[in-house]
Amino acid sequence: MTASRLLLAGGTVVFADGARRADILVEDARIAAVAEHLDAPGGAIVLDASGCAVGPGLVDLHAHLREPGSEEAETIESASRAAAYGGYTAVVAMPNTDPACDSASVVADVYQRSRLAHCEVAVAGAITKGREGTALAPMAEMAELGVRIFTDDGTGVQDGDLMRRALEYAKGLGVTLAQHCEDASLAAGGVMHEGRWSSMLGLRGQPALAETSMVARDLGLVELTGATMHFLHLSVPASVRLVQEARLAGQPVTCEVAPHHLTFDDARCATYSPLWKVNPPLRPEAMVAELRGLLRDGAFDAVATDHAPHPPEAKDRTFDDAPPGMLGLQHALGATVEALGGVDGLDLVALFSLLSRRPAAIARLREADERSAGHSPQGGDLLVGSVANLCVVDLDDAHECTPHSILSRSGNSPYVGRRLAVSVRHTLLRGIPTKRDGEVVA
Amino acid sequence: MTATDSLLGRDLLSVADLSAAGIVEVLEVAEAFAEVSRRSVPKVPTLRGKLVATLFFEESTRTRMSFETAARRLSADVASLSVATSSVKKGESLRDTVTTVEALGADVLVVRHPSSGAPIQVSHWAEHARVVNGGDGWHEHPSQALLDAYSVREAVCATRGLLAEGSGASVFEGLRVLIVGDVRHSRVARSQVLCYRALGARVTLCAPGTLLPRDAGDWGVEVADDFDEALGDADVVSLLRLQLERGSGASVPSLPEFTATHGLTERRAARLGPDAVVTHPGPMTRGVEIASSVADAANALVIRQVANGVAVRMAILYLVLGGNPSLLEASP
Repeated sequence: MTASRLLLAGGTVVFADGARRADILVEDARIAAVAEHLDAPGGAIVLDASGCAVGPGLVDLHAHLREPGSEEAETIESASRAAAYGGYTAVVAMPNTDPACDSASVVADVYQRSRLAHCEVAVAGAITKGREGTALAPMAEMAELGVRIFTDDGTGVQDGDLMRRALEYAKGLGVTLAQHCEDASLAAGGVMHEGRWSSMLGLRGQPALAETSMVARDLGLVELTGATMHFLHLSVPASVRLVQEARLAGQPVTCEVAPHHLTFDDARCATYSPLWKVNPPLRPEAMVAELRGLLRDGAFDAVATDHAPHPPEAKDRTFDDAPPGMLGLQHALGATVEALGGVDGLDLVALFSLLSRRPAAIARLREADERSAGHSPQGGDLLVGSVANLCVVDLDDAHECTPHSILSRSGNSPYVGRRLAVSVRHTLLRGIPTKRDGEVVA
Repeated sequence: MTATDSLLGRDLLSVADLSAAGIVEVLEVAEAFAEVSRRSVPKVPTLRGKLVATLFFEESTRTRMSFETAARRLSADVASLSVATSSVKKGESLRDTVTTVEALGADVLVVRHPSSGAPIQVSHWAEHARVVNGGDGWHEHPSQALLDAYSVREAVCATRGLLAEGSGASVFEGLRVLIVGDVRHSRVARSQVLCYRALGARVTLCAPGTLLPRDAGDWGVEVADDFDEALGDADVVSLLRLQLERGSGASVPSLPEFTATHGLTERRAARLGPDAVVTHPGPMTRGVEIASSVADAANALVIRQVANGVAVRMAILYLVLGGNPSLLEASP
C-alpha cells in the first residue's frame, strides 16, 4: 500500500489516561507525530477530525462472521466491511461456524480467508470438539497458531466436570476460556426472557437464573482451578455483580455486555418479530437500566457486539423457530455512547477502554503476533511509533440509522430507525483508511 | 395498540384488540346469525364470492370445521391448507405460504399455528386479506373466548329471564368466572381473561403451581390456591384441557393427582351454586379435568358452545370482511 503519509487534523486524541486536542501524523502505518498542531507534509492525505474523538481502532471480542458454512448470512468480507463502518480494526471470530472452529485446520482456513478483510480477524477456538460439550477440543494445536481465547459460544459447556478440566487444561496453555452462560436445563428451551411479557405473549420464557447460575458455577471453577475466564454477553445484573465480587477478590475474571442488552428490553418481543429474538434474551426495562448503571460504574470490561447475522428467510419464521441473534458491528459504538449517558459529559477514556483497549487486552491483541494472521498491535496507547489502528468518532453527528446503511449481508439490525448520537467518520487500519468521511473504502 | 370498538374491516388477532363494545358487537351480530342457523335452509348469501382460507399448521378438527361451516353458511368459498398435506413439510416458509394463499384470492386467512404470534406475523405479511387468529401456541384463541362469552351470556340470560339479544355486557358485570386447570399452556385461558375482564367480570385463576403462568398477578385477576374454596363463589367455571402435547405432562405428577386437586369431580360439582354454569373448550378428557357425568349435566354448556361457535365465527368472518347491515337482513 502507498499513501504512506496521512494527517488526522483537528481532533481530540483519547490516550489511555486522558484526552487532549491533538493532530496525528501517520507515516508508513505508524504514528509519526502527535502534537497540538501539525502541518501536513507534502503529499500527505489530510483527514478532517474536527469535532471528533480519535482513539484506538475498536476491538470486538464477539462477532459471528458465519464463514465458513453460512455465507448466505455473512462472509468475512461483508462482516469486516460492517466492522470498518463501526470503527473496528479487529474482531474475534466466534467458532460456531460449519464446520466448527475446533482444530488447527479450521483456524488456518479462517486466517487464510481473512487476509483481505477490512479489519484484522482473530479467532476464538472451540472448547469442546464440534462444540458438542462432550470432549475437549485440541486447544494446544490451536494455541500453537496464536489462538488465545476459547469458547463454545452459542451454548455453554453444561457438564461441570468437563468445564473444570477445560479450565485446568487452558491454564497450562496460558489461554483464556470464555463462557456463554446458560444452564440449558433451567433455560428449558425458552425463546425470550421469562417474566411478565413472556406470560402475556404465551412465549416460552427462560429465567434470568439460567444465566446467573452458570456464572456462579464457573466463578467457583475459576477459584478451584486458578484459570483465567471471560464471561460473554452478561445480560442479568445479578450475574454482573457476582463477577464484580470475584474480580474484587482477585480472581482472574473479566466480562462483557452486548450493546443490545443496554438498549432494548423484552417488551420488543410483543411484536413477535424474530428480529428481537436473541440469546441471552432481551431483559425487562428495569434490568436494562441497571445494566447501564453497572456500565457507568465500570462493572464491565468490554462492550462486545455478539454480531449475529441471519438472512431474511431465517428471520421470516415464527418466533419459536427463528434463530436467535442480531447485528451489532456497525452501531455498537453509538449504542454504547447512549448507554453511557450520551455525548454531554461523555467519558472518552472509558468509552475507548470498553470498546478497544480492554477487549484488546482480554483477547491478547495488544502485542503483535506473527503466528496468527500476522495481526498488528490493537487497542494501543497512540504514542509515537505505534501502529496506526485508529477510530475517529464524530461526536456531533446525531443521525437516524437507515436500512440502506447496513453493510452486512443480513438485515437483522435492531438499530434501523433508531437515532444514534455519534458516527464513525474515519477508521484507519495500519495507517490506511478502511472508512473515510463516513464511507467504507472499497 | 388500542382496543377498537368495532371489528369491522379489521383483523382478529387478539381479544385485546377489542374493547367491551367491540366484543358486544360480535355477540350481537352472532345473535342475528344464530337465527340463520335455526332456519330450514341455514344459509345466507352474505359472503358470496368471498374466499375464506383456513391455514392450520396444527392438527384441529373442531375449530377448523366450525370456521368452515360458518364460512359456508355465509356462502363463502372455502380453501383449506393443513400441515399434513401442505408444502410446509417441503420446507416452504410461513411467509411464502401466506403469499401463495393470498395470490389464490383469499379474502380471509384463518390461521392456527403451534407457535405463539404466528397469526400476527401473517397479518404483517398479508397485503389485503384479513387475518383471523384460529389459535396460536400458548398465546390466544380469540374466537373460542368470544363463543364462550356468547354461551355464558345466553345461559345467564335464560336463567334470569332476559333476552340475550340486545343485553350488551350487562350480565357480565360482577360475574364471577373461575378458570381452572392448565392456564400456563392455554391460549384459551389468555383470551378468556381478556374477554371476561373487558366485559366487567371478576376472573379468578386456579391451577397447580406448575400450570399457573408466572406473573399471572399482572393479568388483573385473582389467583386461588384452593379449588374447593374458590368453587362455591363461582358463577362460571371454565375448565381447560391439560395440554399434554404442549408440555404440561411433566408439570403434574400424575393425571389422577391432577384430577384429585383440580378436576371437576362429581363431589365438587355438587357444591356449585344452583345457577352456576360450566364451560369447556373441548376436546374434553373425561375423567381427568371433568367427570363424565358432570360433562353431561344440564349446567354444562359444552354442546351449546359448539353450536354457538358457528354463529360467533359467522359474525367474525362477516365483520372482518367489512360487514354490511343490509346483507345481514337478506333472507335466503
